[in-house]
Amino acid sequence: MIIDVNVNLSRWPFRRLPHDDLPQFVAQLRNCGVTQAWTGSFDALLHQDVAAVNARLDETCRQQGDGRLLPVGTVNPTLPDWQEDIRRCDEVHRMHAIRVYPNYHNYRLDSVPCDELFRAASERRMIVQLTLKMEDTRTQHPLMPIANVDPAPLLHLIKRHPDLRLIVLNNSGIMNTSMSGELASRGHVYFDISHAEKIGALSKLLQDIPLNRLLFGSHFPFFVLDATLLKFRESPIGGLATRTIQIDNAQRLLDELGR
Amino acid sequence: MAVNRRLFLRSSAAVTTAGAAAHLNANDKPTTTPIPRGGVWDLHCHFSGVSGTIQQRTEQILEHADRMGISRLVFFMGWPWSQHPLPHDFQHQNDQVLEVLEKHRDRLLGFAYLNGHYPQESLAEIDRCITNGPMVGIKLWVARRCDERDLDPILKRCGQLKAAVYQHTWIKTDGNLEGESTPMDLARLATRHPNVPIICGHAGGNWELGIRAVRGYPNVSIGIGGSDPTSGFIEMAVRELGAERILYGSDAGGRSFASQLAKVYGAEIPHQAKQLILGENLQRLLAPILKSKREHQS
Repeated sequence: MIIDVNVNLSRWPFRRLPHDDLPQFVAQLRNCGVTQAWTGSFDALLHQDVAAVNARLDETCRQQGDGRLLPVGTVNPTLPDWQEDIRRCDEVHRMHAIRVYPNYHNYRLDSVPCDELFRAASERRMIVQLTLKMEDTRTQHPLMPIANVDPAPLLHLIKRHPDLRLIVLNNSGIMNTSMSGELASRGHVYFDISHAEKIGALSKLLQDIPLNRLLFGSHFPFFVLDATLLKFRESPIGGLATRTIQIDNAQRLLDELGR
Repeated sequence: MAVNRRLFLRSSAAVTTAGAAAHLNANDKPTTTPIPRGGVWDLHCHFSGVSGTIQQRTEQILEHADRMGISRLVFFMGWPWSQHPLPHDFQHQNDQVLEVLEKHRDRLLGFAYLNGHYPQESLAEIDRCITNGPMVGIKLWVARRCDERDLDPILKRCGQLKAAVYQHTWIKTDGNLEGESTPMDLARLATRHPNVPIICGHAGGNWELGIRAVRGYPNVSIGIGGSDPTSGFIEMAVRELGAERILYGSDAGGRSFASQLAKVYGAEIPHQAKQLILGENLQRLLAPILKSKREHQS
């Protein structure tokens, strides 16, 4: 039993991925023991009609998700009337979280739209999943280089929204571990482990980030799902810590928000 | 100590917890994880990502390798790194590798770190580390692009010794370093040295381009380590190059064994192809020089 907080449906814009067809996607999650997957959509990166993306995602997850897929909508606060998008995510689709992509949607974390979006999510008791990157900037399509999100304003942002539940996704050293630890100590900030690298990565992460702030997130299907699973073999963190990261922390987040 | 199948299965089972066990049971990993004949060989390891003396760093890396079922590891470059090493620097770094090879003869192999700006000193280092030492290949990093003709004597000597040539390559969207080779540079080198076993390190990073660049050069294999575990990489490589030209390596300790092994374990390719990639190809590539060293010793 695993709760994976970081997967995406639909098509990566630049190549087809193994398992990006829905039946294979669900089957791979099942084979790897993922019982619940917080599921976004690759479409949300570039599509401007994000309301349609979210509606499609909701329908797909509910009708074809094998009971495993929890849809996570996307809100782009630079779009006109984005407030209606977050309202629908909450009230129509009953989503527990939204996923944001400041770099793909061209805003900074210290911008007014971002501040307003975080406030709206906090008031609605919705989790915000902040995606720092989608792929290695060195391998991006030359006509579409997209910088990683600058995480520096986060400390200020979580101070302004102390009740917000924030999950940082795809942190490949963009935010150093001391900043991660500081964020975790000052707010309800969580981190997925999809990009934890170096030898014994999980053991190293736990030196700086409290156990109760780490979540199993795979970045599947862009990443091979086994990459996250095998981290638990490489780092001898013990059964209790493994369960805490793979299940309990995510479940507690849902419980806290009454979702 | 070679890691045999029984030890590997035991180490896999030892990590089981509620979630991991579910995964392992659901995916039947312990019994389906491909174990190559001769064990898993890791082409690409450094002393980075861990702390302490060179020996202590090695011990830590081996401890993690044991946990992941890796039986032999190739080390190159010492610590700290230098992108443009002077001869005394690459000699010192090779001394560090020689030091750990001496202590872990049954687990470690070494490639000599060289700098193409110093062909004569590099040739002397090949003699010291490979001809008269235990190393079995060379590593060229980012000091000089590999299609420069000054490198030809180095390649020629490696060909005579049957030593492997590992050349770091990348194709960076935001631009390579001045002396950083691309797989296209490597293809030009391979044209001039069709009988030398050349390894295209990182498969160019941007593997969709790197695989294409070396596709027509049968003496070129790709090293898959040191990049994100992106889905589809190994599938494309098998399709375009054949499984025989793909070598598992991690780039540990800057990368985790987990993320790099997963590229192979999680690929949608036949079981036999995984065995080749995880160890049998590297064993075959190094067999001639290892055989000649054994004969020399006896």
